[in-house]
This record gives sequence, C-alpha cells and structure tokens, in this order.
Amino acid sequence: MAAVRGLHARRQRRLNVFRYVVFTVFGLFFLLPLLAMLRFSLEGSTGGSWSLSAWGQIASYAGPPPLLSGVEITLELAVITCLVMLVLLVPTVIWVRLRVRWMTRLIEALCLLPLTIPAIVLVVGLAPIYRVLRQQFSLSALQLFWVYVILALPYAYRALAAGLEGVDVKTLSEAARSLGAGWTTVIWRVIVPNMRQGVLNAMLLTGALVLGEFTIAYLLLYTNLQVALFSVSRGTPNAGVLFSTSSAALLFAFVLLLILSYVGRRRGQSERSKVSK
Amino acid sequence: MTGVEVSLRGLHRRYGHVVALDGLDLTLAPGELVALLGPSGCGKTTTLRLLAGLEDADGGQVAVGGTDITHVPSNKRDMGMVFQAYSLFPHMTVRDNVAFGLKLRRVGRTERERRAMEMLELVGLTEQAGRYAHQLSGGQQQRVALARALAISPKVLLLDEPLSALDAKVRAQLRDEIRRIQLEVGTTTLFVTHDQEEALAIADRVGVMRDGRIEQLGTPTDIYSRPATSFVAEFVGLTNRLNGMVTGGSVNVRGCVLPLADPATPDGQATVLVRPEAVTVSQSGPITGTVIAVTFLGASSRITVDLGDTTVLAQLPTLDATALPAGSAVTLAIRPDPVLIA
Repeated sequence: MAAVRGLHARRQRRLNVFRYVVFTVFGLFFLLPLLAMLRFSLEGSTGGSWSLSAWGQIASYAGPPPLLSGVEITLELAVITCLVMLVLLVPTVIWVRLRVRWMTRLIEALCLLPLTIPAIVLVVGLAPIYRVLRQQFSLSALQLFWVYVILALPYAYRALAAGLEGVDVKTLSEAARSLGAGWTTVIWRVIVPNMRQGVLNAMLLTGALVLGEFTIAYLLLYTNLQVALFSVSRGTPNAGVLFSTSSAALLFAFVLLLILSYVGRRRGQSERSKVSK
Repeated sequence: MTGVEVSLRGLHRRYGHVVALDGLDLTLAPGELVALLGPSGCGKTTTLRLLAGLEDADGGQVAVGGTDITHVPSNKRDMGMVFQAYSLFPHMTVRDNVAFGLKLRRVGRTERERRAMEMLELVGLTEQAGRYAHQLSGGQQQRVALARALAISPKVLLLDEPLSALDAKVRAQLRDEIRRIQLEVGTTTLFVTHDQEEALAIADRVGVMRDGRIEQLGTPTDIYSRPATSFVAEFVGLTNRLNGMVTGGSVNVRGCVLPLADPATPDGQATVLVRPEAVTVSQSGPITGTVIAVTFLGASSRITVDLGDTTVLAQLPTLDATALPAGSAVTLAIRPDPVLIA
C-alpha cells in the first residue's frame, strides 16, 4: 500500500514539475516579445538610455487622422460587431442544438472557415463590393462590422457552443414552450441567461479581434484605432514611436477586455451571492 | 378548476422505419388520471409529446374539450407538463419559475405573486420560494415543476415519468402527493411511466402499451387481476409460466384444474400464466416441491419452490413464509382463478 502511495506521490511530483516547466516556457514565449516592445518604446536617444518621448508623441499627435476618432470608431465597431454576432449566432447555435443537430458539423465547418482564409484574400474579395457600395452610398468605417462579424465567427461560435454544453436546451425549451413561451422568449429569456459565460466569452473574443484588427481596415482604406496608431508611427522619424503605439494599442485592448471581463464576473458573482442568501 | 375531455384518435407516428404509434386511440374523461404503462419504445412518451404538441403526428387527431388541436403549436395548447429531467429554469428563483407561465400570459405582478405562492403552498414549498433550482433536492425540484405546471391552470396536466430520477422513498411520497393534488385541482391528467407499481397506485385507469398501441385500458384492478392478454399479464406483476393441458374450457396444471379466461382456447398442451399470489401452500395440494429461496417483501414474502423440472413463485403472508425456510418440503395448490394462456 505504502509503495503504491509512494509511486503516486512521485508521479504527482513529476507532473507538477512538468506543469511548471510548460507554464514558464510558454509564459516567457508570450511575455518576452511584449517586454522587449515596451523596452524599445522607452528607448532614449543614446543606446541603453530611457525616455518617454515616444509615448509623448502619441499624446501630442494631432492627426490626420485624429487618434481619438480612431478610438471612437473602434469602440463603436466592437459594440456593433458583438451585437450583430450575438443576434446572428446565438439563435443559430441554439436552433442547431434543438432542431437540426445533424447540421452541427456543417455549421461548425462554416463558422471555422474564416480561420482558413487569410485576411488579404478576404480583402481581395471584399474590396470590389465595398468599392461599388461606396459609389452608391456614403459608407463610414462602421461598415467594417460586416467583415468583422465574419472574422469573429470561429471564435464566437466555439465560445457559444461551449457555453451551451452544460445546458439541457431541449428540456428547458420544451418546459418553456409548454408554459406558453414563443421561440424568441425561449431563446432570449430561458436559454441565453443560462449560457451567460459563453456569451460573455464570445463577446470578449469578438471585442479583442475588433480592437486589434489592422489589415482589413487599412487595405479597405478605413481608419480604426490600429490604422490611426500606424499613422502616428509612420509620421515620425522616431523609431520608438512604432513600439509605443503598438504597446498603447495592446494596453488599450487589454484594459478594455479586463474591464469587460471584470464586469461580467462581477455580475456572475452577484447572482451567485443572491443564490446563497 | 374542472377537467376537460381529451381524445386521441388514430394517432400515427413514425421515426424513419420505426413505428412509434400505430393508430392509437385513447379518451380521458374530464378530471381523470390515466397512466400509460409499457416497456421502452412502446410509444407512451410519444403519445404524451403528441398531446403536448412537442411533436407532430403523421396522422390522427388530438382533441381537447371537443376542440381539434392537432395542428396547434405547443405554446398555445394550455397544457402543464412535468418532465422526467429536472426542468426548472436555473437562473430563476422557485417563485419566478412558478410565475413564469403567468408572466407570459401578462398576469399582473401582484396576482402573479399571489398565485405562485398559492401553488407553492399546494406542494408545500413556500419556504423555498426565494431559492434556486440547484439549492433544492430532486423531489423538491419536481414539486416546483408541478406547481409551475399547475400555476397556469392548464386544461390538461402531462406527467412524463416525473418520479423516475428520485429515490424510492421520495418517489412514493411524491406519487401520493401528485395524486392528492390532482384530485384537489381536478385537472385531466396523463401520466407516463414504466413503473407498474406507480401506475397502478396513482391512476384511475391504466393503459398498457405495446408496439404503438394500447393493449389494455382499464382500472388498476382490472389490469392486474383480469389481464386481457398474456403480454399484459406478464408485464404487470410477476407471473409463473407453467405447463398445462387444456381440455373443454379448463386447464389442468400439475393436478390443479383451473378455469380459462378465454374458454374458446383449443384443447392441447399450453403454457399457463399464474400469479404468485394464486399459488397457495396447502397440506392437501397436488403440487410438491422444495423451497429454494425466501424473499422478504415486508408484510408478505415470496418463496421460490423447485418442482424438479421447473420453479414456481408463491407469495405468502410473511408469518406463513417464516415457517418455510430454504430446503423445506412444501405442498402447493393453485387458486382456481381464470387464467390466461401464453
């Protein structure tokens, strides 16, 4: 018995060591480039010195394009993309689970398709459409949400599908139907509140994607936050600005997502505390 | 609240090549509780789901209170339903769950709350009104589901194996409670179960189903004591299968002459179905054997007797059974009740 316990303890120790090694390697893999970027953004005029001038240039940048409008458009795009994505995808995911389960693989494959198409290819396909539409209507940068919804599909779909895993969709919907609920009520008032974490994750991933998107906006000649930051760095001979703007974009997205995640968690906790009363 | 008549006429339902319902006919009298009983795949749940509108029939008619509702969607049918799986909405309190159907019917907040509390009182859970589903036991959850189903004053109450996930004691308690409440509110109720004891204990009438049709519909006493077919006899309760010789409307089983339920049975060798309680211990009985097992059931006990070429079950009062330990020789007789041939 003691020998078995010893063997178990040794295996557990080895597993713990393996975990720490993997965690450290991957941590360094992600953190080192970020730290290097931050260090370069604080590089002074002489090698090895420190300076805030690259960050100061962002603050003093007056455009064009104005940085603030880039921030504004990106935030609006994030909100619109999240909403459209939820309105499109939530009923779809629930409907597939409820009524056409045999289509799960097909829908999943369709939603994952944007992952396999490089942004540049997407732009080549979309540019003529946007050009034609631009000739007919005055399209603001907010129209980018169409493309962003497509780009967010793979992440949002996976998050929503995972959120739905623990929910007995069939029984809950049938119970609600028998009580007189229409399908809209079933979806938005019965199922969605029970897959809140999945919805929140889908929104976070979609938000993150929109906040960091550069290629499509740039190639379609729209200005979002990333394009505006790129303009800041391009308009100056100070190489450090390239790093400070990248760091600023990263920090902006990080802080925003942190707030979103915190708010979501707070709501979850307050519901749980209501439960425990 | 008074019940309405429910009528199912010639219901057909197929799943691919599998026939789930094959022209099922069933009428529930107003305020009646009918239990559908049968083995897995016999179509009992399909019947209930067609009545609830959760599935569409391939053919036939569903009428409630004389109105054809065959093509009415489930949310317009006014039927309360309790499911086998726990179906309370996890994000709502018990009170909100019960009031949900009323909210959909735009009942005012005060009336909604009053009615929800009234229903919770009916199922004895007013104390739990502010709790969430995960804070309740299985039995409590099913009680709340019952209160929720009744809160909308449904025309028909549908119970789809609501007790199957519960342990034996809670199950018996809740079964009695469902019957009490059903009698109190008087709602016509269809109860689906695969547990014969449950069906016989709770229902006004029991429908035993087989292959998408009702094999026999009758009172619990009829179903148990006068089964119409060998399937019903074997499905409901325990049955001994003994060889016998049919001659002139009666059958001789090991020296016991028994009347036949169907006197038109042709003469010859036959397998006779005999209930364990029809087998009695008798000093002058013609059947001799050796007790090989005694199963204690409470007030009664079941003894298994080896007859040499076969075994037979007999159900006796426990006091009598204690005098017959395993290994003791015993003589048996069979009460001359009408018997079925398999």
